[in-house]
Amino acid sequence: MIPAAFDYVRATSLDDALKRLATAGGGAKAIAGGQSLLPLMKLRLARPETLVDIGRLAELKGVHRLPDGRVAVGALTTYDEMLRDPILRHYGLLADAIPNIGDVQVRNRGTIGGSIAHADPASDMPAILLALDAEVVARSSRAERVIPITSFFEGAFASVLHDDELITEVRLPGGRDDVGSAYRAIEQPASGYSIAGVAAVVGAHDGTGWRYCAVGVTGVGDHPYRAAAVEKAVIGGESLAQAAAHATDGVTVASDIHADREYRTHVASVQVLRALEAAIARLG
Amino acid sequence: MVAHVSLTVNGKPREVDVEPRRLLVQLLREDLDLTGTHVGCDTSQCGACTVHVDGKAVKSCTMLAVQADGTTVTTIEGMATAEGLHPLQAAFWEHHGLQCGFCTPGMIMAAADLLARTTEPTDAEIRHAIEGNFCRCTGYQNIVTAIRAAAVVMRTGVAAPSGAVQGGM
Ligand SMILES: Cc1cc2nc3c(=O)[nH]c(=O)nc-3n(C[C@H](O)[C@H](O)[C@H](O)COP(=O)(O)OP(=O)(O)OC[C@H]3O[C@@H](n4cnc5c(N)ncnc54)[C@H](O)[C@@H]3O)c2cc1C
Ligand code: FES
Ligand code: FES
Repeated sequence: MIPAAFDYVRATSLDDALKRLATAGGGAKAIAGGQSLLPLMKLRLARPETLVDIGRLAELKGVHRLPDGRVAVGALTTYDEMLRDPILRHYGLLADAIPNIGDVQVRNRGTIGGSIAHADPASDMPAILLALDAEVVARSSRAERVIPITSFFEGAFASVLHDDELITEVRLPGGRDDVGSAYRAIEQPASGYSIAGVAAVVGAHDGTGWRYCAVGVTGVGDHPYRAAAVEKAVIGGESLAQAAAHATDGVTVASDIHADREYRTHVASVQVLRALEAAIARLG
Repeated sequence: MVAHVSLTVNGKPREVDVEPRRLLVQLLREDLDLTGTHVGCDTSQCGACTVHVDGKAVKSCTMLAVQADGTTVTTIEGMATAEGLHPLQAAFWEHHGLQCGFCTPGMIMAAADLLARTTEPTDAEIRHAIEGNFCRCTGYQNIVTAIRAAAVVMRTGVAAPSGAVQGGM
C-alpha cells in the first residue's frame, strides 16, 4: 500500500515547522514517528498535501525537570526513550504501561506528542496523562498555550489542538512520596490496543481515608476520560470495589466486535479496581 | 516532487532519488535490491520488514525513505561478516528457528535489538521482544531457543551444545 502523493519538507526548527503549518492552511500535517499517521496514509484515510517532518527537531526531544519540580517531556520523546529515562522511571504507571504499548519497533519510533495529538480513543498514554493531571504545551506561529489534559480530548481522534499548532512539551507533576500509581489494562490480543485501560494515582491517606485519587480510563468511551465518580467514591470512603463500580458513570460505553457494551462496562470496573489496588500496593 | 535520500546501508553509502511517499522497505527492496527484508502485512503488524535504523529495530513498511535520510540502516544482508554468519543466524539454523523462513529476517533483526539491550535475556523477555513479529509456521518455541542460544554465544563467544539451551518455557 502506497500513500497518495504529497510534498515533503523537513523542518529545520520549531519556528520553521510552525510557519509552514500556518501558511499551508490545513493542507499540511506534521509527522513525528509516523506510527499512526503512515498507516492511515497508506490506507488513504489521510491524504495530506504536504508533510512537515518534525522528527529531527532536537528542541522537542528529551526529559528534564522544571525549576518548580515538575517534569517536562519533549513532544518527540519516544516510548523507548521514556522507558530508559532516569526521571520517568519513578512513575509506576509509566513503568506498567509503556512496555506493553505496541511492540519494540513501535516504541522505538512512536512519540508522546504523536500519541496524544492522534487522540485514538483506545491509546494508553492519554489515560496516564489524565491520571497525572498533565499539561500539554501547544505552540503556533501566533501564540503558545498550556492546555490541561483534562480539557484536551474532545472525541474519537479529535482534540482541541488547531491545525497550525504543534505540541512542544507535556508537563507532569513532580513525584510525591505520599501517592502510588499504577496502570492496568485488558488488551485486544491481536492489536494490543486496550479494551479498557486504567491509570490510577491514589494516596495522601490521613488516617481515616484516601485524600487523593485520580483515575484515567481509555478504550471505553469515545475518548479517554477521568472517572470522576470513582475518584469521589474513593475519597468519600467507599470501598475500592464499590468505587470501581462507578467506572463508566455518565459515559457512553463503546461497543464493537472485540467487546460489546455490557462486557466492556464490566471489564472497565475490573481494571479500575485492579489499578486502584496496584497503586495503593506501591505505597508500601 | 523528488527527494534525495543519502544513507548508509549495511556499511555502504547510498544515494537514491525517491518520491516522498516511497517507503523505506521499497527503497531497500526495489531500489537497492535488498530483498531479504520482507513485506508480510504491509500494515505495521507482522514485523517481517524489520530493519535497524541507527541501531534500533523499526518496521520499514511504516517509515518513509525520506525519514531515513542521513541514517545508518542495517538489513539482514548486513548481519553476516566475512568470518561467517551472525550468531543469531547460526543459532536459527542450528536450533531450527525457522520453517518457511519468511519471518526470519525480521525476527533476527528484532532479536538483535534485544541482544543489544540485554546480554542475558529471560525467555519472557525474548517473547516480549518479538511481540511485533509474527511467525505462521514454527509456533515460536524454536525461535525462542535460537535467540537464547545466540545470546550465550554473543556473551561467551562459545556456542553451547544444542541440548544445553533446549527446554524451559
Ligand atoms: C503496530 C502498532 C501497535 C500499536 N499499539 C499501540 C498500543 O498498544 N497502545 C497505544 O497507545 N498505541 C499503540 N500504537 C500507536 C502508537 O502509540 C502511536 O502510533 C504513536 O505513539 C504515535 O506517535 P508518532 O510519533 O508515531 O505519531 P505520528 O504518526 O507521526 O503522528 C500522529 C498524529 O499526530 C500528529 N502529531 C505528531 N506529533 C505532533 C506534535 N508534536 N504536535 C502536534 N501534532 C503532532 C500528526 O500530525 C498525526 O496527525 C500502535 C501503533 C502501531 C503501528
Ligand atoms: S510488512 Fe511491515 S509490519 Fe508487516
Ligand atoms: S518460519 Fe514461516 S513464518 Fe516463520
